[in-house]
Amino acid sequence: MDEDAGSMERIFNNGAGAIVTKSIGLKPRDGYPNPTIIELEHGILNAVGLPNPGIENFKDEILTLKKSNIPIIGSIFGSDSKEFVTLAKKMQNYGVNALELNMSCPHAKGYGLEIGCDPDLVKEITSQVKKSTKIPIFVKISPNLSNIIDIAKSAKEGNADGIVAINTVKAMKINLELKIPVLSNKIGGYSGNAIKPIGIRCVYEIKENIDIQIIGVGGITTGNDVIEYFMAGASAVQIGSGIYYRGVDVFKKIKNEIISWMKSHNIDNISELIGVAHK
Amino acid sequence: MNNPKVIEILETITETTDVKTIKFDFEGDIIPGQFFMIWIPNIDEIPMSVSYIDKKVKGITFKIVGNATKELFNLKVGDKIGIRGPYGNGFSIIGNNILCVAGGTGIAMIAPSVESAKKRNINTTVLLGVKNKNELFFENRIKKTGANLFVSTDDGSYGYKGFVTSLAKDIILNNKFDQILTCGPELMMKKLLEISNNISFQASLERYMKCGFGLCGQCCIGKGLRVCKEGPVFDETTLKKTEDFGVYKRDASGTKIKF
Ligand SMILES: Cc1cc2nc3c(=O)[nH]c(=O)nc-3n(C[C@H](O)[C@H](O)[C@H](O)COP(=O)(O)OP(=O)(O)OC[C@H]3O[C@@H](n4cnc5c(N)ncnc54)[C@H](O)[C@@H]3O)c2cc1C
Ligand SMILES: Cc1cc2nc3c(=O)[nH]c(=O)nc-3n(C[C@H](O)[C@H](O)[C@H](O)COP(=O)(O)O)c2cc1C
Ligand code: FES
Repeated sequence: MDEDAGSMERIFNNGAGAIVTKSIGLKPRDGYPNPTIIELEHGILNAVGLPNPGIENFKDEILTLKKSNIPIIGSIFGSDSKEFVTLAKKMQNYGVNALELNMSCPHAKGYGLEIGCDPDLVKEITSQVKKSTKIPIFVKISPNLSNIIDIAKSAKEGNADGIVAINTVKAMKINLELKIPVLSNKIGGYSGNAIKPIGIRCVYEIKENIDIQIIGVGGITTGNDVIEYFMAGASAVQIGSGIYYRGVDVFKKIKNEIISWMKSHNIDNISELIGVAHK
Repeated sequence: MNNPKVIEILETITETTDVKTIKFDFEGDIIPGQFFMIWIPNIDEIPMSVSYIDKKVKGITFKIVGNATKELFNLKVGDKIGIRGPYGNGFSIIGNNILCVAGGTGIAMIAPSVESAKKRNINTTVLLGVKNKNELFFENRIKKTGANLFVSTDDGSYGYKGFVTSLAKDIILNNKFDQILTCGPELMMKKLLEISNNISFQASLERYMKCGFGLCGQCCIGKGLRVCKEGPVFDETTLKKTEDFGVYKRDASGTKIKF
């Protein structure tokens, strides 16, 4: 969720294998007024509104990060394939190792989910980006869809190298005293613990229907959570809100938990676990 | 829980033409230098240092700079605002003889720091720097603690004429301080660090904030230090290593803005 080189480097030094950047668009964007992020009983609710410094200003951050040899997945968002292609080429030139196409942000008008719910558009954008770049392309999809399989299929047909599932779940919090939604955007995206079963289900459904690499995300805070995502079909995972729940060294902690789980279950290679829940 | 609690304003105090204090019921311990996220319904939610720390009542003191602070200024006793926090680390006072230097609205959070130091019988010298006499507040409050107080104004309309850092320079040379605490414009604090003679030093920084609890990455400086979590108070060792200090901050989009 970071957009500056320093904090991405700190995350990496705390055990992350790679860094996904904040989603970057063509122009600087402030996002929505506060309140934009609050904590609820079982998760985090946010509608930051895709704030980012814009692709031109972002160059410096990537170049700084590259100096430390950190694998970077550049996340981008646009309103059509032309914007996505422009952003993808720039990110590639800056030196990122892979691209993530954000077609799933639930709270930004004209972007994210508003594109990611249309199978034709998803295929179009993915294939245009794939044609104009040489690095791996991942498509990040939303759980707020009734046609999640169709969308994942479209991404595959557009030659995506993988699917990232899931982005946040549309949600709302109303303050009882003021009788108004707390977030300035009213509707936000729910993340953290509460959404893990939704993420697991989405990864499972995609794995069951489509032959493609899946990166699991949503509610991961422990090593067991990662193992569950692997069993559902993921071959890599991302962690966001877990940084709040367990600190910046959540990555180291989770790695150790995975290793001890594997030891106690006589697993030598974690890839043995990918998709084992599908029988 | 990092979710605003809605409370009614208990008391408002007009400090200057554009500086106001708002007090509200809030139980719990707070360290001077910590801050709240203040939700002004339908407008914005902004970080504000705690300026009054009583057992059951807390206060914030702020200056009108834009829309949110203007709306907050116009609120009356009984109006509702949302509070979450306290956030951040706060000052940790070291030694028996300290110097507190505040510029502008930095006075708001220096005042409870001075009160807490004096309560612990720490010898405290306070420098308050403002543009002109009309912008000064909390003068009597700080005098009452028994601290040695000096005021500087840029235009000489009251006290020492010139920047508070020039005043500080002489005072640092002629005393043996164990520690310097400061809050104010970042260039002022940077200058102060330069003339601090390697005295133990703590400065409270301001950065654009969204979550306030360490998740969104909006407020980061240096190598991923979150001003809302690891800060807002940083010591001289960290500040000297942090290339952003006194050089740039980031706006709401994350774009770098030079000071
Ligand atoms: C930890 C901390 C403690 C603070 N304590 C005090 C205090 O005790 N008294 C006081 O008068 N001011 C304090 N401030 C500054 C105060 O938050 C801003 O003056 C206020 O947010 C301005 O909002 P606005 O809408 O009136 O102005 P705008 O017109 O929106 O902005 C004016 C300036 O305020 C800054 N600002 C706006 N929103 C935020 C935000 N969400 N986070 C950080 N900065 C913002 C902008 O960067 C801009 O430079 C503090 C800031 C921080 C980070
Ligand atoms: C504050 C915040 C900002 C986020 N920003 C982005 C973003 O810019 N792009 C994106 O694809 N997802 C974004 N997400 C979604 C996360 O990447 C992730 O999909 C979601 O939070 C679920 O994972 P988690 O439970 O581990 O946080 C954001 C989430 C949060 C809480
Ligand atoms: S304001 Fe979100 S991390 Fe500091």
